[in-house]
Amino acid sequence: MNKRLPLGLACIMLVAPCALLVAFTHYPALRAILNSFWNNASSRRPSRFVGLENYQALLADDRLAQVLVNSTLYALGTVPLAIVLAICMALLVNAKLPGTALMRLSFFMPTMLPMIAVANIWLFFYAPGIGLASKILGIFGVAPINFLGRTDTSLASMMAVAVWKEAGLFMIFYLAALQAVPANLKDAARLEGAGPVRVFFDVVLPLLRPTTIFVAVNALINAFRLVDHVIVMTEGGPNNSSALLLYYIYTVTFGQRDFAYGATLTVLMVAILGVLAIFQFWILNRRAHYQ
Amino acid sequence: MKAIYRVALPLVAAALAGTAAKSAAAADIELYFPVGVNAPAVATIQALTDEWAANNPQHSIKAVYAGNYEETTTKALTAAHAGQPPAVAVLLAIDIFTLIEEDVILPISDLATSDEDKAWMDGFYEGFMKDARFEDKTYAIPFQRSTPVFYYNVDAFREAGLDPDAPPTTWDEMIEMGKKLVVKDANGNVTRWGTRIPTLGLGGAWMFGGLVVSKGDVLSTETGTEARIDTPASLASLEFLLSLAEEGVMAPGGISWGDTPKAFLEGQTASMWTSTGNLAFVNENATFDWNVGFLPGGDGPGAPAGGGNFYIFKDTTDEERAAALDFIKFMTSPESAAKWSIATGYVAPRPDAWETPEMQAYVAELPQALVALEQLPYAQREFATFQRAKVTQYLVDAIEGAVTGSVDPAEALQGAQEKADAVLSDYR
Amino acid sequence: MSRSLNRILFATLAAVLAAIWGLPFMYSVWTAFHAEQYSANFQLDAPLTLANFVRAWQAAPFSVYFINTVILITTVLIANLILCTLVAYAFVRYRFRWAGFLFALIMVQLLISPEILIVENYLTLATIGLTDTIIGIALPYLTSAFGIFLLRQTFMTVPRSLDEAAQIEGAGAWRVLWDIYVPLARPVYLAYALVSISFHWNNFLWPLIVTNSPEVRPVTVGLSVFATVDSGVEWSLVNAATLMTTAPLIIAFIFFQRQFVANFMRAGIK
Repeated sequence: MNKRLPLGLACIMLVAPCALLVAFTHYPALRAILNSFWNNASSRRPSRFVGLENYQALLADDRLAQVLVNSTLYALGTVPLAIVLAICMALLVNAKLPGTALMRLSFFMPTMLPMIAVANIWLFFYAPGIGLASKILGIFGVAPINFLGRTDTSLASMMAVAVWKEAGLFMIFYLAALQAVPANLKDAARLEGAGPVRVFFDVVLPLLRPTTIFVAVNALINAFRLVDHVIVMTEGGPNNSSALLLYYIYTVTFGQRDFAYGATLTVLMVAILGVLAIFQFWILNRRAHYQ
Repeated sequence: MKAIYRVALPLVAAALAGTAAKSAAAADIELYFPVGVNAPAVATIQALTDEWAANNPQHSIKAVYAGNYEETTTKALTAAHAGQPPAVAVLLAIDIFTLIEEDVILPISDLATSDEDKAWMDGFYEGFMKDARFEDKTYAIPFQRSTPVFYYNVDAFREAGLDPDAPPTTWDEMIEMGKKLVVKDANGNVTRWGTRIPTLGLGGAWMFGGLVVSKGDVLSTETGTEARIDTPASLASLEFLLSLAEEGVMAPGGISWGDTPKAFLEGQTASMWTSTGNLAFVNENATFDWNVGFLPGGDGPGAPAGGGNFYIFKDTTDEERAAALDFIKFMTSPESAAKWSIATGYVAPRPDAWETPEMQAYVAELPQALVALEQLPYAQREFATFQRAKVTQYLVDAIEGAVTGSVDPAEALQGAQEKADAVLSDYR
Repeated sequence: MSRSLNRILFATLAAVLAAIWGLPFMYSVWTAFHAEQYSANFQLDAPLTLANFVRAWQAAPFSVYFINTVILITTVLIANLILCTLVAYAFVRYRFRWAGFLFALIMVQLLISPEILIVENYLTLATIGLTDTIIGIALPYLTSAFGIFLLRQTFMTVPRSLDEAAQIEGAGAWRVLWDIYVPLARPVYLAYALVSISFHWNNFLWPLIVTNSPEVRPVTVGLSVFATVDSGVEWSLVNAATLMTTAPLIIAFIFFQRQFVANFMRAGIK
């Protein structure tokens, strides 16, 4: 049984660190809610209570509707793709093939790069007609694709960048999980005549589930958290086709200087993340229940 | 001997008084400016600020490169709201309404009140002063001003059997000549387009303003409360952009501002419409003969005036303001303006700068530099309103939506007009 | 027979995927080491040059940016190590009212990270006058829920008997922490440090919003400011700057690949 925490120690151990955390996590979230009921102050016009006006604007905002669709597609696209690729990479790296070190370097390198650097690299890579992507397509006789200049490819191009950057990190987690798979389990399956594909799906994959959950949660949070590449590569365009929610918050607040609407959008963002968290929790619980 | 004393003494006295007055007004000022990685340009800014600081040892100045135009405006605004604005900044001419609304800048005409000052302010090209004024006051001093011009690859023109001394002047000619300039490979893929007009982002909106001007209209007026997005002229302009792609002259889809000079230098396009601020860059990197002409127009020549002006910020001391004004005068002096223009390609904003020997020699060597100046009489102000960032985004969305084929042009313009009106109605 | 065929297939797949994955980065390297006219033009005999790096280095105060980043990540890391240790220790070793609730409250930060709350956090920072300072960039990150979680998990594995034995010998709370818990958690500290360093080296949006002056910009912001230009982007220059700003991490990774991977694994397993 643990001792009771003395007050003096509590102040040092809990209050000071947690105060910092609360000041920049809970306090701003609550204040965003408060500020969303006020309109934007400017030097010539003080802020005034407007009730739900900002939320009405939110509902009527068709750019926001587009942004939410984009964010959803982005999350649905990047998370599974990054996971599948990460598992493939982990399997390849784990297979003790020649050149494993080089391969691991290639997969993991993007993870070390700042997103802003990744965006610079891919901006030139994508440049229609002159970038490497176009040159490679040209070898196969395919016309250059205007990746970032078309509404139907810009978001997918952003996803590719995100997957490229993140899959390597997730690979590491899978690698750890793979190496923890007991060899005798696999041997037993093989003895029963299971081929490598069967062994993977019947024995290995179920054991990777905790890792997949961990990675999926991380990837999902990153899908909402990381918009550096949008800022650098497309500024949300063309016609908002690649704008993500956090990017929209950033431009509304710091470009258009509408802090009140920015706060309202922040509330929306927090609400979305909250719902996702509850959803995840529910799924995890249900799955656990069945086992 | 006595005569000399009589002349010299007052001079010495004046000089002493001058230094005394100057040292009493010492100030440390900060300058925010938006100039790219183009190393010579940054070096020129640094050299000019150093020169000013050397001439005014009582002052000090720190030049802060804050990113591109939009980023620099954001930074200047946040700094101003945090109570630590730069004394002076080079920001987009079109941000005047935002800066006034946010109440962070001072009318320079309130600071520069002597007859000499007034003469100085009258010495700028009227075309560049139009968007520096608001309600009878002058808030800004033109510095790195530009208009877009038509850059074309002379070798490509020759190769296509076109007269390199007669670039297209109308939209029809642009399409007609453009078709001849297109080159395809064995697979039928285009390896060189006829032209390239940026259509994405703020740069795209700027170019679009030029098209509208050549159709005899403007996108906005000097009040800052009127957006004229849904007009016959702008519909015609949008349709021209679409027809370029339909006729196979220009790559379909949105065209980015940033890639454009590179595409031109790589021979991916035989011509491009972009800022005169790219002159130095093109001149340095082009491996082929090139030339510059007026922008081809709808009903005659037309271009948007663009670029950056000096602004003086409000939350500053009298000394800082005086120093800032003095600095601006120095930077726009004929010699400095000439140096800056030569280093970048921006249009020197005063006639007297063009008369300096340096500028004369430069123009003799690079006659392309004159085109933007000659085009100036046909230029109109760039799209600018209150809530500039928000309202411009509506215009940008409309253009991007139309050129990417996701929205019907007329609908796009109409939608943008309605949204802009909704925002601007508060200001009328 | 089929096994070795499988293996060859596997190896080919691996090589292709690795090559594709490496392309964008190799492209950036190519551009950075060649003159501008070769940046979109692949001639194998094009002369290599370091001039882009020299010019980029001279065109912007990258040395200042590097120092700022180092100050930033050191500040955050030291604060994280101390503060997260304290909180985790309190949770593992003591009981107090609302412990479960408080822990859940802390874990909220895993979900709603400071980047999400840029609007209000910026206003807070402006109110206390810490915009445009390095400490201002660091402030929202000083206590990390991830760090607390990781250390709590680790501290829970410390055998009770060790703790009690130390107490019998008269060691106080701090002594026990320092002599027993911290040494046992050393690999976790290392793993956490690596994750934290790479996160804060790469962080961009928040520092972009908070900073104005070059004196406080971290490398990511410095790089973006360097690369966002309104006229004539020189690819080779921008790529040189991009590589330059990430070089310390890349070089460290190449040399300590094994340790990196092992430590990232450790941070993930917990």
